[in-house]
Amino acid sequence: METIRYENGYPGGPANGFGSEYPNPFLKEHIVFRNRDYPNIGQVDEYVRLGGYETARTVLTTMQPGAVVDEVKRSGLRGRGGAGFPTGVKWSFIPKDIFPKYLVCNADESEPGTFNNHEIIDYNPHQLVEGMIISGFAIGATTGYIYIRGEYAYGARMLDRAIREAYARGFLGKKLWGTDFDFDLYVHRGAGAYICGEETALLESLEGKIGQPRAKPPFPAVAGLYAKPTVINNVATLTNVPMIMARGADWYRQYGTEKSPGTTAVSLSGHVKRRGNFEIPLGLTMRQFIYELGGGIRDGHELKFIVPGGASTNWLINKPEHLDAGMTWDDMRAIGTEFGSGAVIVLDDSVNVVTAAMKIDEFFKHESCGKCSPCREGTHFLTKVWERIGHGHGRPSDIPLLNEVGDQMLGGKCFCLLGPSSVSAVKSALKYFEPEIRQQIELGTKSQINGHDAPSPSVAEGSARTGAAAAPVKR
Amino acid sequence: MLSDKYAAEIAGVLARYPIKNSAVLPLCYIAQDEYGHLSIDHIQEVADILEMPYTDVYEVATFYSLLYTEPVGQWVLQVCDDNPCCFTGTEELVADLEDRLGIRAGETTSDKLFTLQRVKCIGACHRAPVMQANLEFLGDVTPDKVPGILEDMVQKAQSGATLSISGRFAEQ
Repeated sequence: METIRYENGYPGGPANGFGSEYPNPFLKEHIVFRNRDYPNIGQVDEYVRLGGYETARTVLTTMQPGAVVDEVKRSGLRGRGGAGFPTGVKWSFIPKDIFPKYLVCNADESEPGTFNNHEIIDYNPHQLVEGMIISGFAIGATTGYIYIRGEYAYGARMLDRAIREAYARGFLGKKLWGTDFDFDLYVHRGAGAYICGEETALLESLEGKIGQPRAKPPFPAVAGLYAKPTVINNVATLTNVPMIMARGADWYRQYGTEKSPGTTAVSLSGHVKRRGNFEIPLGLTMRQFIYELGGGIRDGHELKFIVPGGASTNWLINKPEHLDAGMTWDDMRAIGTEFGSGAVIVLDDSVNVVTAAMKIDEFFKHESCGKCSPCREGTHFLTKVWERIGHGHGRPSDIPLLNEVGDQMLGGKCFCLLGPSSVSAVKSALKYFEPEIRQQIELGTKSQINGHDAPSPSVAEGSARTGAAAAPVKR
Repeated sequence: MLSDKYAAEIAGVLARYPIKNSAVLPLCYIAQDEYGHLSIDHIQEVADILEMPYTDVYEVATFYSLLYTEPVGQWVLQVCDDNPCCFTGTEELVADLEDRLGIRAGETTSDKLFTLQRVKCIGACHRAPVMQANLEFLGDVTPDKVPGILEDMVQKAQSGATLSISGRFAEQ
C-alpha cells in the first residue's frame, strides 16, 4: 500500500512527501523545517548530534525565566496559529504567584489548506519538544500537553516516541540538568473537531468536555486549563524557540521584517505546479510565493483567486496590489485579509465560485460547535443558499440574502470567531465575482467540478450510519 | 471488560491528568477499537471507569467526528472533499470508490469490511486526492491506484491482523 510516507521507523530520505524536493532560493537554512537541511533530525541521536537539547540545558542552567521571556520578546516572534500575537508578550501575562501553571501546544491544525505543523510533527518533533521545555521554563509551567488533532495519528506516534526518548535521556521529568525545574510532557489526541483549535475550546476538550469555546475573560493566562494559568502556543511558534535561544534575537531578526521578524512555514495547495510546504522569510510577496516557489498556475489555466490564510480569510485576486503584498500579518490586514494559519490555497479559472464558497461554508457548518445560534443557524443557512444556487435554483434575491445573513454573523454577534470566518467566503465571492454568480442564477445552471455535478452538502456530510444497500461488491 | 483487559493502558492514560474526565477521549478510543463502535453500553462502560455521568460521555461520543456511535467497517475510508481537494480529484476518487464498493459515501459494505465517508480537511491538501484508511494517510490516490489499495486492505483484514480504527498505537 502506498502511504504518504514511511513504512516503519523514523521518517527521512531526500523527498519527504511535503515538497522537500522543491528548491527554495529565499532561505540559506531552515529554522522550523530543519528536517529539510537534516533529513534524519527526527531521530534523537541525530538531533542531539546537531546540538539538540543543548540550548535547553544552557537556558535552564544559566538563565532566569524572565530573561528568556525578554529574549523572545526582543526576537519579535509572533504566534503562528493565526492571530500573530507577540509570543513573549503572551508569556508575560502569566501571573507569578498561582500554581501549577500549564503550557499547551496547539497541534489541532485543521484549517482547510493548512499542513505545515503536520511536517514539523512528523519530521522534527524533538525541536518542538525542546521548544516546550524552554517555553515551560520561561513561564514556570511544570506540565505540558500537546493537543494534536485525532487525524494525525502518525504524528501523535512520532511525538510520543520523541517524548519517551527525551524522558529516557533525562531531558524531561524531574530536576532537569540538576536544576530545580521539573517538566512533564504528554500527547493528547483530539477526535475530529476543528473548533478545538480555538484555544478555550481546546482547553474544554482537554478537560474531557465537548469542544465549545469559553467566555473571556478570564483569559487562559489567568484561568486556563483546570482553571490554572495556561499558555497556549502553536506548534510552529514553539518550534522557533530553541533556535532563537541558541542564536539570539538579533540573529533571528535578520530574517523577515521589522514588525514580523523571522521565517514562517506556509502550506501551498490547489492549482499550482508545486504543492507542498515552504519556509519563507516573512515579508516575501504573494507573487514570489506562488510563482517562484510554487512554480505558478498549472498549464493552460489562469489564476482566479487565492484564499491566503486558510478557509476563514478573505480572498485575494489577480491584481498587483494583492499579488505584491508582503506575507506578514500587518501587510495582509492592510489589504483587507489575514495571514491566518500559513496556508495559501490557489484556485484557477476552472473553479466554479459558487462551489468554492459553498464548500467553505459547508466546512464551517460542519464544524460549528452549536453553542451560539448566529453561527449554528447562520453557517447552515449560508450553505443551503449556496447549494440552491449551485443546483440551478438560485433566485435573484439570494445575493442580498447572503449579504444579510452574513451581516448577522459579524460584529461580535457570534460567541467566537468561527461564525464570522464563514462570512469571508460570502463577502469575497460577492465582492469579486458577483456578475458570475448573478449569471448562474439567471441561467439556472448547475455547478460542476471537473465535469461532475457538485455534490450537495446533505450528501457530502458523511455520517457513520450503516448503509442499507447490499449491492454486490466489486473491487 | 475494558478495565481488566486494558488495565495498564488505562492506568497510563489516567496518570497524565489531574482529573479523570480528561481521559474521556483516550478511553473512547480504546472502547471503540475493542468493540468496533460506541454503543450505549460501551459509553456506559467508559462512564463507569471515569466515574462520569453517562450523559457527559454520550455528549462527547456524539460531538467528535472520529468517534463512531454506529457500527463501521474494519476499514474506515475517509476521503477529504473539502477546499481545495474537491477541485483536484476528490470527486473522481469518491465516484470510483463508490462504484467498486457498491455503496454511497456514508455507508458500510454488507460484508462490514469498508465504511466510506466524505470528510473535512485532513491536513494533507498538497497530496490531493487524499484519504485516510483507519487514520493512515494515503496521498495522490488517483483512481488507477484504487484496486491495488483495496486489495491490500482486504488481505490485511483477512490475515487476521488487528486493525485499529482509532489510530491508537501500541506504545500508549
